[in-house]
Amino acid sequence: MMNRNQEQYTTGEVLAPPTERYTVLGWLKKNLFSTWYYTLLTLLTLYVLYIIIKPTLVWVFTQAQWQVVVVNLRLFMVGQYPADQIFRIWIALHLLAFTAGLAWAIWLPRSRRIGAFLLLIPLGFAALPFISTFSHINWVIFDLAALAGWGLGTWKPKAMRRPLIVLLLAYFPILILLILGVQPLLKIVKTNLWGGLLLTMLLAVVGITVSFPLGILLALGRKSELPIVKLFSILYIEIIRGVPLVTVLFMAQLMLPLFLPPQIKIDNVIRAMAGIVLFSAAYMAENVRGGLQAIPKGQYEAAWALGLNGFQTTFFIILPQALRNVIPVLVNQFIALFKDTSLVAIVGLLDLLGIASTVLAQPAFIGKQREVYLFIALIYWVFSYAMSYASRRLEVALGVGER
Amino acid sequence: MNETSIPFWRDERVLQWIAQIIFLVAVVGFLWYLYHNMITALAQRGLLPSFHFLSLTAGFDIGEHLIPYSRSSTYGRAFLVGILNTIEVSALGIVFATILGVILGVMRLSTNWLINKIASIYIEIIRNVPLLVLLVFWYTGVFLQMPRLKQAKILPGPTIVSNRGIAMPWGKPTATWHTYLYILLVGLILAAIVWWRLTTIGKRTGRMPLVTVWSTLTFLGVAALGWIGLVLFAHQAPLALDTPYIKGLRTVGGLELTPEFMALFSGLVFYTAAFIAEVVRAGIQSVSKGQIEAARALGLNGFQTLRLVVFPQALRVIVPPMTSQYLNLTKNSSLAVFIGFPDLYSVAGTIHNQTGRAVEVTTLMMAVYLSFSLATSVFMNWYNKKIRLVER
Repeated sequence: MMNRNQEQYTTGEVLAPPTERYTVLGWLKKNLFSTWYYTLLTLLTLYVLYIIIKPTLVWVFTQAQWQVVVVNLRLFMVGQYPADQIFRIWIALHLLAFTAGLAWAIWLPRSRRIGAFLLLIPLGFAALPFISTFSHINWVIFDLAALAGWGLGTWKPKAMRRPLIVLLLAYFPILILLILGVQPLLKIVKTNLWGGLLLTMLLAVVGITVSFPLGILLALGRKSELPIVKLFSILYIEIIRGVPLVTVLFMAQLMLPLFLPPQIKIDNVIRAMAGIVLFSAAYMAENVRGGLQAIPKGQYEAAWALGLNGFQTTFFIILPQALRNVIPVLVNQFIALFKDTSLVAIVGLLDLLGIASTVLAQPAFIGKQREVYLFIALIYWVFSYAMSYASRRLEVALGVGER
Repeated sequence: MNETSIPFWRDERVLQWIAQIIFLVAVVGFLWYLYHNMITALAQRGLLPSFHFLSLTAGFDIGEHLIPYSRSSTYGRAFLVGILNTIEVSALGIVFATILGVILGVMRLSTNWLINKIASIYIEIIRNVPLLVLLVFWYTGVFLQMPRLKQAKILPGPTIVSNRGIAMPWGKPTATWHTYLYILLVGLILAAIVWWRLTTIGKRTGRMPLVTVWSTLTFLGVAALGWIGLVLFAHQAPLALDTPYIKGLRTVGGLELTPEFMALFSGLVFYTAAFIAEVVRAGIQSVSKGQIEAARALGLNGFQTLRLVVFPQALRVIVPPMTSQYLNLTKNSSLAVFIGFPDLYSVAGTIHNQTGRAVEVTTLMMAVYLSFSLATSVFMNWYNKKIRLVER
């Protein structure tokens, strides 16, 4: 013992603290039965869990009739989107997989194991027995696209940085063009045919993308030295944050058509999108403001000292740093928005939740509320959980708060 | 001296004012344009904005109302019913969500592996599912799937649980209830006196007695004595036990909770509690370990450490995010419309359907929600200021 300590001091080598090791019984004793009241608590909890979980499992595996989900799977995923145009959604997904693979290779080069694990999920979908052959093939292509992106990123990480940024920025317009259509090449699919998970996703993506520049402007307005600009920004942000999203959607549905000149007609989906954008912009502004406040004053002073004017200081010095800090928060806002889009069901849109009432109205599936809503909840949960997990990894990878 | 001053078109102050005026003109012009379009469109339909309709007869029923309301009441009264329902469910929701949230937050910090894991799994599930999906599932999948009234479950009490809601025994005011209210007021005043007295003694001697405990005991004592006194001398208790029973197709008596209310209330509580739990956990974890060790070294016991050292410091971290959770709960109560509970949003929607007055209804509704938010944040800011760290 003495020897080892001395050796440690002389070589300057630091040994890792000893890791605790338990036998199974020892672990149980420490974590579940350490004192008499913990023992009591553990036993009581186990009993309550048994009472709750057993009937649930029995119901899920024996009594529930999941046929309602299997039969209506396409409705849940894309709503009324024309069946012969679904390949466009797949193309958008493959492009997304490719971009994600590329980004993974460049930004998270070390997390190979998790990446490989994520690749298994589409394969799992491909193995589902009740989907069409077309979907089987496409899930495999999805994985191949992700692998192709990853391979390209690993092969030339430096050279691929710029194309990745371009791809990320161009993805949103490409997505909209693919789904909506371009007149001579792709048939136009009207927005009232969008539905299901597709609509939910599009509402969230459009909401976050369009509200991003608006939010930046509002945040800058709120920090502005011009009192009138500041007043209007604060009024807008605080009013929107003080009312529920449904009232904003209500306003968008009923008052937006009144505000516009009579020759412009917009349909339900666009109105809901407008409502979501207006709502999201206020929250975006507060997030961006948080990022702006984290920039030390010295940055402003240095920029002034270099002779940059206000515009240059804001757009070349302050914003690039602030937005980098804001990225993880943005992912969280996207998750919140993804969940919030379910409220469009209240104003009659057929998003993932709205389509459920359509499905439940089918004569064959009356009274299958539990199955349908559990399935929907599961979809929401999987997406939100996956995204929040990814955002935590991203936070570490970007080193927010470390530089 | 003034000869070297810069010309006004390069003076930053002047430029700033010009920029602001341009901005103001642009914004006001844009708003005026929207307003003009709106007025033109409304004039075509003969619906120029006016709040006159609020005094017209509503002519629709509202399932639950805290104040007298019938078909022949006015739209204004219908609005009020909606506002009160929103307040009722939000206030109850806030209280119960706080209790459940604190329990979950403490569970999340437990060293018992099972308790800890249950709390974290619960939080992870609830936080990643939209509230609206949760509410719909809760309403259609749980409360509407209860047995019919004929096969209703009778829990001890008797509490009748069926797909028509929950009916449970409740106090019914009798003739002496008014007298009892006065006795309670006296109790409240006495409790306040005890509070003030003990605080002064505590400040003088430096040994703070259990102020909250003693004043609560005073109040409860007066309440109990008053009850016994009324039973002995007036031969009537202020509240009579009103038990529900099944009569035909409905329950009679007791406190009736509709499935809509139960679904909304429990959905809001379960959902918000998951968020409050995280707030509480972060607050408690923010108190550094050295504080607890120092308290122990000074000879405080476990309870005293919690009450005098950990809680006051954790509270400072907890209050601001807790405020936003309370506000969220109030705003989220507007989702009631999807499951048919007549809250403000739902009533406003019905009024709009009947009158077609979109602008007025939207304005009123937003104004009410905005004042709720404002009131809550004013109160919480005041409270936050009160408990804040006093710095030199």
